[in-house]
Amino acid sequence: MRHLLDTKNLSREDALRLLDTAREFSDVANRSVPKLPTLRGATMVNLFFEDSTRTRLSFEAAAKRLSADVMTFQVQGSSVSKGESLKDTAQTVEAMGADIIVMRHFASGAAHRLAHSGWVRASIINAGDGTHEHPTQALLDAATLRDRCITGPRGADLSGLHVAIVGDIAHSRVARSNVFLLNTLGAQVTLVGPPELLPSGVGDWPVATSHNLDAVIDEGPDAIMMLRVQGERIKGDFQPASGDYVRNYSLTVERANRLPESAIVMHPGPMNRGVEIASDVADSPRSVIVDQVRNGVAVRMATLFDVWGETQ
Amino acid sequence: MTDVVITGAAILAGKRADIGMSGGVFVDPSELAGTRKARVVDATGLVALPGLVDLHTHLRQPGGEQAETILSGSRAAALGGFTAVHAMANTTPVSDTPELVTQVWEWGVAAGYVDVRPVGAVTQGLAGERLAPLGSMARSRPQVRVFSDDGKCVHDSALMKRALEQARSLDAVIAQHAQDPRLTEGAQMNDGPLAATLGLEGWPAVAEESIIARDVLLAESVGARLHVCHLSTAGSVEVVRWAKARGIAVTAEVTPHHLLLTEERVVSFDPLFKVNPPLRRKEDTLALREAVASGVIDIVATDHAPHPSESKDCSFPEGAFGMVGLESALAVVLATLVEPGLVTYQDLARIMSVVPASIGRVAGYEKPLGLGSPAHLTLVDPTALAREPHGSLSGNNPYRGEELKGRVVHTFYAGTQTVDDSGIVDLPERTA
Repeated sequence: MRHLLDTKNLSREDALRLLDTAREFSDVANRSVPKLPTLRGATMVNLFFEDSTRTRLSFEAAAKRLSADVMTFQVQGSSVSKGESLKDTAQTVEAMGADIIVMRHFASGAAHRLAHSGWVRASIINAGDGTHEHPTQALLDAATLRDRCITGPRGADLSGLHVAIVGDIAHSRVARSNVFLLNTLGAQVTLVGPPELLPSGVGDWPVATSHNLDAVIDEGPDAIMMLRVQGERIKGDFQPASGDYVRNYSLTVERANRLPESAIVMHPGPMNRGVEIASDVADSPRSVIVDQVRNGVAVRMATLFDVWGETQ
Repeated sequence: MTDVVITGAAILAGKRADIGMSGGVFVDPSELAGTRKARVVDATGLVALPGLVDLHTHLRQPGGEQAETILSGSRAAALGGFTAVHAMANTTPVSDTPELVTQVWEWGVAAGYVDVRPVGAVTQGLAGERLAPLGSMARSRPQVRVFSDDGKCVHDSALMKRALEQARSLDAVIAQHAQDPRLTEGAQMNDGPLAATLGLEGWPAVAEESIIARDVLLAESVGARLHVCHLSTAGSVEVVRWAKARGIAVTAEVTPHHLLLTEERVVSFDPLFKVNPPLRRKEDTLALREAVASGVIDIVATDHAPHPSESKDCSFPEGAFGMVGLESALAVVLATLVEPGLVTYQDLARIMSVVPASIGRVAGYEKPLGLGSPAHLTLVDPTALAREPHGSLSGNNPYRGEELKGRVVHTFYAGTQTVDDSGIVDLPERTA
């Protein structure tokens, strides 16, 4: 795998290989010296055009555990008029020795553009592009689902699992990446949200959709993934914290209690406690939010290992 | 100006006949037979078309000279077989006064390659708040007859109604860029499943169709002429069809790119394929082609929109809207309409010359290649590959790498040869 740009075009074979590699790498964290020499000599650059702490740290941890050199380029502000273009910035970091560019960008398709424009030769890993995709987040979610819901997870896909994704689907790159990856891995996905937060073209996606969270909970999903309402991406008329949203789409204690006993609760973070998820639910035993973060490092190690191997 | 005899060309792809030009008009070639000064151009194998007229061109001057100038755009137009273009008003400053439209017209005369017809802005500064002085622009030296805020929609219904009333009194037309601004805030590409998957803000068809529906009703109530710019959806075709059946004085244009390209191109995230209105679905391109064939859509207009490379060398959402089109328009029309048998060469002369001239009130195009008419002539080789665009200063050509047939071999503007087999002819600067 030369780049990781999206899950839409990620094959089942590539996805399973990444998940299996991630599982092997997750043991590294428990060693007395949690480090492998695998990427010695490689330079990974975190190129972040949008604020992010957890994803950037997660990639940094992953790279360091594989002994890669890490540089961080945090671009302040999100307007091209304030600074240099994506092309110039990418060429600058490559000239400083970047072999792998991990990029978060405010524009949908920016990672794809960088990988295919001929501007740079580095491998590109998409760490979130606008409202398009966030493939390593979906991979870490799949890794978490495999650990928690599948017996004998190695090599297995997610066939038979039912996953509900709830909230602001329209503005969520996490939702898009999960929809396509979970579908590739055989899981059944239901998207739940108010009409204005489901994309108007959702009809072609390989998913069920619903505007009724209570009905979906009563279907007994194996996992429920709560998404943050992205106020910063929503224009004008929709008030995310309105009582109407919380009343209809928040995962309250009462709703969580109606889930099957084995069902897990997921959230990609950062959470708005009291909006999309009740604090007590986020901290309950069925919440796997911390597992997700842990798996994030392993999945990113696997991704770096894979793209580096391809270029050597 | 030397006399010219064109030999061997197929007139509108019909019978072969010689064409004579003298004093800037078409003459009977037998009158020139034997005169020593007549230059003979062998056009065997070429199709003779009237000079093409573009109702929708962005020449960028003043203010955007790094993308295009009136001279470079005029040369691009000539290379595309055009002899008249309408220069849209969204320059910096906006063409919204008699002085500015006159300046644009004078630059066009100085260039000398085509008739540059300035389009006047409908509202001052394209701000959509107060009407520009339409009457003064209509009575200025270039006698503006097309008014448009193109790039922006005249969204306020009362303002649009007033503009139509003014236009009626001036025998002018309001060319509307139909785009509801509230329904397209931040929009990047055609709304639908692909936009949802790519995470790009959708541009719904209804944002165009609802404005066209309102405007045809306003035009009917006022009794004025309305022209719909770059119609892009199957639904818009239905609205215009309904309006025409009702007898409303509406004309409509489609761009070459909306006839050929679909939203699937956006999968590349390359801003080369970012355009306003956006590329639509395959079904839409087919409906648009049918609508040209049936006459619901009256003309093809390029919406030639040059941009410097830095406006496209970026991510899709950051890219500028628009693509160049003057030098490829004829080849695209041949590929999408003539080749499949949807229109004949006679129709082509109508949709790319006679009718756009009539809508813009450009005289001299009523009788294609007619004796006594200004000698505006395009000779095209439909079997040869089109030239690579090189007249425009901008390279945002969406057909890069595609082998389009239809080479403009010669262009004559009022008897002056502007393009020959080796390319653009260098003309001396003229004065207005």
